[in-house]
Amino acid sequence: MTDYEPVIGLEIHVQLSTRTKMFCGCELSFGDPPNTHTCPVCLGLPGTLPVLNARAIDFGILLGLALECEIAPRSLFHRKNYFYPDLPKGYQISQYDVPLCRGGRLGEVRIHRVHLEEDAAKLVHLGESGRIHGSAHSIVDFNRGGTPLVEIVSEPDVRSPEQAREWLQLLRTTVRQLGISDVNMEEGSLRCDANVSIRPVGRSELGVKTELKNMNSFRFIERGITAEIARQTALLDAGEPVVQETLHFDPQSGSLTPLRSKEEAHDYRYFPEPDLVPLVVTEEMLAEARAQLPELPAARAERYARELGLADDRARLLAFRSELGSYFEAALAHDGEDPQTLANWVVGELVSRIGDADPAQSRVAPEALAGLVGLLRAGRVTQGGARQVLDRLVADGGDPAAIVDAEDLGAVGGGDELGAIVDRALEAQPEEVEQLRQGNMRAIGPIVGFVMRETKGRADGKEVTRIVRERLGLS
Amino acid sequence: MTPLDLSAAAAAERVRAGDLDAGELWELYRGRAAADDLGAFVWVAEERPGNPTDGPLGGVPVAVKDLFCTAGVPSQAGSKILEGYRPPYTATAVERLTGAGAPLLAKTNQDEFAMGSSNENSAFGPVRNPWDRERVPGGSSGGSAAAVAAGLAPWAIGTDTGGSIRQPASLCGIVGLKPTYGAISRYGMIAFASSLDQAGPLTRDVADAALLLSAMVGKDPCDSTSLGLPEPVTEPTATDLRGVRLGVPEEVFETEGVESGVLAAFEATVELARQLGATVERCHLPHAPHALSAYYLIAPAEASSNLARYDGVRYGLRVNGDADLLTMYLRTRGAGFGPEVKRRIMLGTYALSSGYYDAYYGTAQKVRTLISDDFRAAWERFDFVVTPTSPTVAFPLGAKTADPLAMYLNDYFTVPMSLAGIPAISIPNGLSERLPTGFQLAGPAFSENRLLDAAHALERAIGFDGSAARA
Ligand SMILES: [Zn+2]
Repeated sequence: MTDYEPVIGLEIHVQLSTRTKMFCGCELSFGDPPNTHTCPVCLGLPGTLPVLNARAIDFGILLGLALECEIAPRSLFHRKNYFYPDLPKGYQISQYDVPLCRGGRLGEVRIHRVHLEEDAAKLVHLGESGRIHGSAHSIVDFNRGGTPLVEIVSEPDVRSPEQAREWLQLLRTTVRQLGISDVNMEEGSLRCDANVSIRPVGRSELGVKTELKNMNSFRFIERGITAEIARQTALLDAGEPVVQETLHFDPQSGSLTPLRSKEEAHDYRYFPEPDLVPLVVTEEMLAEARAQLPELPAARAERYARELGLADDRARLLAFRSELGSYFEAALAHDGEDPQTLANWVVGELVSRIGDADPAQSRVAPEALAGLVGLLRAGRVTQGGARQVLDRLVADGGDPAAIVDAEDLGAVGGGDELGAIVDRALEAQPEEVEQLRQGNMRAIGPIVGFVMRETKGRADGKEVTRIVRERLGLS
Repeated sequence: MTPLDLSAAAAAERVRAGDLDAGELWELYRGRAAADDLGAFVWVAEERPGNPTDGPLGGVPVAVKDLFCTAGVPSQAGSKILEGYRPPYTATAVERLTGAGAPLLAKTNQDEFAMGSSNENSAFGPVRNPWDRERVPGGSSGGSAAAVAAGLAPWAIGTDTGGSIRQPASLCGIVGLKPTYGAISRYGMIAFASSLDQAGPLTRDVADAALLLSAMVGKDPCDSTSLGLPEPVTEPTATDLRGVRLGVPEEVFETEGVESGVLAAFEATVELARQLGATVERCHLPHAPHALSAYYLIAPAEASSNLARYDGVRYGLRVNGDADLLTMYLRTRGAGFGPEVKRRIMLGTYALSSGYYDAYYGTAQKVRTLISDDFRAAWERFDFVVTPTSPTVAFPLGAKTADPLAMYLNDYFTVPMSLAGIPAISIPNGLSERLPTGFQLAGPAFSENRLLDAAHALERAIGFDGSAARA
């Protein structure tokens, strides 16, 4: 059995959230009645001409800068010619050999190019198959037709399905942070294709690649790529070649089926769009975009690690889900004593309770979480008690100190009260005391357990251990 | 003198002065248009539109080539594939004309999608030349040219991609101007070849052309390639050509197929120009002989893409397939397009296909640049380049329909200016065997005012009488 290394490149289409379409004045919409956002231009009526949306250009530049691309001072639009009912002009206006952005990087993955284009309309096939072959009728909704798109093409730098998913999440956060798209996979404003090949570990030349299309969730992308790597591995192990083709991943069955796509049948006959003039990016446009750039996830993660001393994985978790990062920073503003513990509570305890929801929308106010971590640090509540307080906060909100008092969750204080309980524990378990005296520290477990039972978990384990050692004169 | 004898500009002047009733003028032309027996029109207005008549165009009705979209009015670009199509909007150029006081009189016949030089490629049938009804009016704006020549319309607009205004103007004995590319918005013009298409006037005389042009030019937010003109179009008044330097390309005399009558008229006009004070010298446009080949790659390439939208899905003709998308496409386009359009779609598709793009489309674009450079070099020595507009006078109907290459040669003198995007005007300069000949002047980009002035001076000296065609 040979060991194979996957080589994965990603192609992402992002719908830009401009007010109007790429080449006409129709407003963008989602979920409105079909064909209510159309005009002669986006219907491709005879005699109409495209006019470039200035806002889409600004968004493209912003994205290019965020991905550290080189922005072309002069780029071109081409016509990509093919016949399909969702394409009213018989061609898509897209950038081809002179795109707006080239090169660049996001995290550990290099960017090949970023270009602007227009989206096709939406086809709905009525009748049996749900696909154009064999359906009784197909109807077209042109509301989506002409929506501005950016296409982001990565270099084949991704090496695993998990990395693909993580990187796409980083990309989504970055795009969202820029405020240029809703990046919602269910609504189709973020769409991803993957080019997958495998090669024996240590080999530098690339294997034959296949293209996976239309994977509409991060989970499906990971699963689709995993399935395709397994399929290619089985082929190569059996001595059969991988055929270059386009595949459709069915998340229901996990199967990959070849797509008879327009891709293979057509020569797109690209040529420069004569109805548009070249897209010229001025120094002023660049300066304006640079001034607008927010702090991006990769930079934020680096700052958390550098300035707050967070571990890399914690820092990335917070930064790549920007809503977690924002929440963390809000809490940090209330208690900056111990950023690491606070970070652990945000990405660990809080996320385990609220899942993918935005913590800012939860009942736990950032200052409440910060307060809870402060109580913990002061020894006023134990780890276990603090978890119970957080349960209450998630359910009802409120002030952690008040909950501690009301629910009697406060740590059993040091000194006399706890000392008395420890004494009872020692008395009740003479065998363990004897073992401790002989140096078997493992025997402390039952004694601490006794104290915890007595205090309903409100005692600090470390403090209990200290008192036990003190009472028995252990160093 | 009846209103029919008045030029459009003169009629507009009288309407504005209160000496002529705009309604009466409308009725005169509406009656003549309705009685058209040349095939010049594909649609004639029933009622006089409620346009204002106090604009600069003085209520003088205008005929518009079919391919200009006119809201609610049939606009088929001479093609069966747009059967019954009435656009929901009006072309910018037409809006400007009606806004300036010219009501829409009629839509004129044309070669299908402006592809042709004889108007024989129209789904509506051919147009006859008013000078000789057995002959073609030229094309592709043949209906507009015939209508103006025959006095069925006071003036008209057309489009010129490789000569489609100038050549029919020449064959019908009227004035035709192709402005600088970008002077007039293309929005609402059903496209043939986007990088070449340009609207322009077809008129009885040069002053009419200037007036109609002045109302149409301007940058349009709906057309990114529109520029307008740097200064307003002025009324041409020059009566001599003193200080004007004319260049006559060697190619005029080296090209086979230029009729002797055409050449004689051309030489007579050149001599007249000298007498008006112009200096005339031979000039050399070394790449001009390749213009036709480059044109017949670039224009069909763009057309093959521009005409992809006629697929039967949304408007116009649709011939259903057997529950099969491809069959529907094939049947619709097979039935909707005429043979010349199909020929050019195939030519253009081939020129753009992968593996051939560089050799055909790429090379043609390089030739285009070289031709522009040739003209730029010429402007260092000359104000204008002059040629015959068409190598021949109007030819008999059917004479060239079987031989596309012979038909394409009609554009020999007009295509280089189209590729260079520069303005050129054709004025009638005589008769050869009782058929009109045309004289072409071309100038640098945006030189319309000077060009119109020179044409005006020549026109006065030539004294061409086109009234026979209106009889
Ligand atoms: Zn629209």
